[in-house]
Amino acid sequence: MSEILLKVEQLEASYGSIHALKGISFDVREGEIVSLIGANGAGKTTTLRAISGLIASKGLISLRGENIGSIPSYKRILKGLSQSPEGRGVFPAMSVRENLDMGAYTRSDRDGIKRDLENCYSLFPRLKEREKQMAGTLSGGEQQMLAISRALMSRPRLLLLDEPSLGLAPLIVAQIFEIVKKLNKEGMTVLLVEQNAQMALKVSHRAYVLETGSITLSGRGEDLLSNEEVRRSYLGI
Amino acid sequence: MQDFVQHLVNGLSLGSIYALIALGYTMVYGILQMINFAHSDVYMVGAFAAYYAAKWLGIENQPGLMSLATLLVVSMVACALLGLTIERLAYRPLRKAPKLNILITAIGVSLFLQYAGQLVFGADPKVFPEVMPDITFFQWGDLSLRSSDFTVLIVALLAMVGLHFLIHHTKIGRAMRAVSQNSSVAAMLGVNPDRIVAMTFVVGSSLAGVGSVLVGMKYPKIEPLMGMMIGLKAFVAAVLGGIGSIPGAVLGGLLMGLSEEMVVAYLSSTYRDALAFGILIVILLLKPAGLLGRYQVEKV
Repeated sequence: MSEILLKVEQLEASYGSIHALKGISFDVREGEIVSLIGANGAGKTTTLRAISGLIASKGLISLRGENIGSIPSYKRILKGLSQSPEGRGVFPAMSVRENLDMGAYTRSDRDGIKRDLENCYSLFPRLKEREKQMAGTLSGGEQQMLAISRALMSRPRLLLLDEPSLGLAPLIVAQIFEIVKKLNKEGMTVLLVEQNAQMALKVSHRAYVLETGSITLSGRGEDLLSNEEVRRSYLGI
Repeated sequence: MQDFVQHLVNGLSLGSIYALIALGYTMVYGILQMINFAHSDVYMVGAFAAYYAAKWLGIENQPGLMSLATLLVVSMVACALLGLTIERLAYRPLRKAPKLNILITAIGVSLFLQYAGQLVFGADPKVFPEVMPDITFFQWGDLSLRSSDFTVLIVALLAMVGLHFLIHHTKIGRAMRAVSQNSSVAAMLGVNPDRIVAMTFVVGSSLAGVGSVLVGMKYPKIEPLMGMMIGLKAFVAAVLGGIGSIPGAVLGGLLMGLSEEMVVAYLSSTYRDALAFGILIVILLLKPAGLLGRYQVEKV
């Protein structure tokens, strides 16, 4: 089995008096796609926000054995974390190209950045077509492609994807998941947060089910896909 | 006709000064969503820094490009350092506090600078050194283009072009825009928000420094409360253009300067200040987001 890339232990986080994460533990191994699934308000996005350092949390967050839980958010990208945030979070009044350049903010190797830019454009040709357009004028699907590409521009070890299917047409969703699979085949490790459990479980090696701040189930993607409880609660079958 | 052109020139030069100061309000607002009421007093300190520097360097009676450049640099550096200090000591500790606390702090810093200014510089007005020789470039009947107006327009234009370049064509400028559009995502991408905020104060304050030298050249009487009225008008200009919008601040400043000049010329100078606040009221009623401002849509 491959090495553990991300290890989260007894992670707790609160919004005021609301205990959003009640001590969850999970890990992501090198080369895996792992998803966190669960209903609205289960704590999925909170988990990613804690990993990225956007909210305060208790517990252990370690990347390749190094505890990153106490370093400021803007330094975690240097450790190899990169996120496509919930709601995509593109910079609306900046062009597609500028958004991508922001993704490479921490880098200074011009040639490498240029190569990665070309890679993003070949992954999502639509972005190339819209290079000079303001990101706020893109469609939802294009914005999602941009958010993922922007996250890739830092050459992360671990790509965090928060609800990439949110508000998108099924065709676009399928396309985006194809890309995620492709990226993973090329070696990218992915932690995926999804409400669309069916899609997520299909592409994931392993998955965890979150329910009101705790992990209630975990297992291989395909096993959970056929799990009676998961089918009833999350797949509506 | 000559009259009108004269007023146009005067209005534009006054307006570009308003614009320079308005830019500081709007940039800080764009990044922190706060009105930095101490901005106008940073501007005042800039004028005094230039005044004392001219005395100390013995260039108070040597108008010319060298003096202009020297005083601009001195004033910009002084304002930048002061802006940086205010941000570090007064605003940064309150970054996570409710917006109202920061607003009240800003008013406090403003009052502090005004009264500290009276204590340190003295409350009596001082005469600003002559920065540029008073030459009339062009005379046509009543119309005269003087070096002071010309200098104001050129320097303000250069400052704005420089700002545009910084904001749109440098990495730090891109990061500033990114923080103002979505600060948590910018942080996730590796931008240190504190550094960008500090940079914004440096740039905004140094523009106020430029403004203070230009004003000193046009109206060479400086005193510790000189920032109050011009600061309020520049703030109105920023709101008029759409607070948070950089082109808006420039447009708002020019409109303010032009309309003030026209009111004084064709109506009565009594209404000079009433106009500014009249404009503010009308804007708040008709177009609360300002001319170039956008409504912030809250998304869930």
